[in-house]
Amino acid sequence: MDWGAFNLSLQLAFYTVLLLMPIAMLTARWLVIQPARRKAIIEALLTIPLILPPTVMGFFLLVSMNDTHALGKIWRSLFDESLVFSFEGLLLASIIVNIPFAIQPALRAFESIGSDMREAAATCGMSRWRTFRRIEFPLAWSGILTGGVLTFAHTLGEFGVVLMVGGNIPGETRTISIAIYDQVQSFDNASAGLMAGVLLAISVFAISITFLLTRKPLIRIRA
Amino acid sequence: MVKHKGIEVTIRLDNPVSLDVEFKVSDKELVALVGPSGGGKSTILRAIAGFEKPIAGKISVGAQQWFDSQQKLFVQPRHRRVGMVFQSYALFPHLSALENVLEAISERPKKADRIELANEYLARVNLKGLGKRRPDQMSGGQQQRVAVARALARKPDVLLLDEPFSAVDKVTRIRLQRELVDLRSDLSIPIILVTHDIEEAARLADRIAVLHEGRILQMATHEVLSKSPVNTDVARLVGIRNIFNSRVARIDNEQHSLELQWGNSLLEMPYRNGLAIDQTVTWCIPSDGIVVHRRNRPSRGEHENPVFGTVNEVFHFGQTTELTIEVDDPDAHPLHCSVPTHVAERNEIGVGADLGVSLKADMIHIMDSADS
Repeated sequence: MDWGAFNLSLQLAFYTVLLLMPIAMLTARWLVIQPARRKAIIEALLTIPLILPPTVMGFFLLVSMNDTHALGKIWRSLFDESLVFSFEGLLLASIIVNIPFAIQPALRAFESIGSDMREAAATCGMSRWRTFRRIEFPLAWSGILTGGVLTFAHTLGEFGVVLMVGGNIPGETRTISIAIYDQVQSFDNASAGLMAGVLLAISVFAISITFLLTRKPLIRIRA
Repeated sequence: MVKHKGIEVTIRLDNPVSLDVEFKVSDKELVALVGPSGGGKSTILRAIAGFEKPIAGKISVGAQQWFDSQQKLFVQPRHRRVGMVFQSYALFPHLSALENVLEAISERPKKADRIELANEYLARVNLKGLGKRRPDQMSGGQQQRVAVARALARKPDVLLLDEPFSAVDKVTRIRLQRELVDLRSDLSIPIILVTHDIEEAARLADRIAVLHEGRILQMATHEVLSKSPVNTDVARLVGIRNIFNSRVARIDNEQHSLELQWGNSLLEMPYRNGLAIDQTVTWCIPSDGIVVHRRNRPSRGEHENPVFGTVNEVFHFGQTTELTIEVDDPDAHPLHCSVPTHVAERNEIGVGADLGVSLKADMIHIMDSADS
């Protein structure tokens, strides 16, 4: 069992969820009140990471993170280090790849809140922030949570993009799914099986928790 | 404290429906907007609340301007003091009835005071003790009351009711309508009710605005609407079925009367300006302007505009029986009237029976045609 890779995968998944979810939540909320055509175009663009093959997505990210391109250049000018083959680069790639997993469930949840709810909140004199905090978030939370869990589980299992952008540097970019691949390559099926089992258990646990928490469509928040 | 002077609405809108209306509603007055679906009734309420932005017009409540296209003034919905009861009620489903009402209370800083006030509003709509229930734990009627309490808790300058009784059964509807009448006595603000039910509008409203294809055809009391509709559209919308065309046969300026030639009958009616001999006019008469003659013995009232025909349809609706009588109408339209069921039975009025009726002269009303 490669605990270093396991630990790195958990860290990557945790930070991806932490950084992506607020962005995803606000983007979904913004998208839901956009005109239909604009919404469809933006939604299609945000879904690209889901339909592109991971290696193709990884290739684009690898090239754009290179020091000779804008993103890599900016990163180097700010932190004086390369974005490629670093944990930060891996995290950035993971955030981009997971955008559809985070946004789609949140978007569907915000869509399910009728416009009359927002209008009723407005006739109550509620500000936009209060409407979001008191009405929209409690009603959409199950979708937001589902997005978070999907992002977490997907990050743990991501292989193609991680390999392209991060390579296989132990302690830096070697995640559990790459470690499993390495173990299989070196005919250590027992270790690979153990790690795959751990990954499976975590995924099942995460999904079960989601279903359990979102079984009731609404959360009660005290006045 | 702001002294209200009603609401004045002048709006022109192209989307989502074409709308061109102008009306005023005084304080304490309840005006009902009625008309067919898609006529723009709810859109007027949405424009007043600020959810639709008209392309031109003005909306003012007392001294406050909420919208003025010339001054490019548009007050955001949350800054307008509007109490709105949505057709769906739009209650916040995850909050209790009390919490729903609390969201509309902003003027008291202490939470305990706000809760006390919210409970008072719930008691006012007969929901005392039910504050902890969530909307899904309440009946349709109770949900509607929460929506009313929440609308009142906003201390609105105008109360907008968008088909508030459409989602409940008839018994509950009548009870809620009584409660609204009761509640109105304490309110000194204008109230605008959207309904497709003319009877509901007649029961609740001081005046009724008949809306058709984005325009107000007529705004008047129900009595005026049902006796003097301005055109056939209004007549049909207020439920008048007796609409006929006739020729002006005689005008008597001295006697202040005129006569219409309707088939083989001459109908006398009060004088009206602007008519000429032989002019074709469209007239109507509500069914309560038609008196059915007794079949077994004549009575004195039979001399007034007597018309004779054959009964071709009889419908018993409990205590009331509706009759369709084939008369000598050039357009072959029948005459509709109703009598108490016991009268119909005693006079043996059935399909095929010959029947005489009198058209009350002062109930005959000449209209503009619908297309004019």
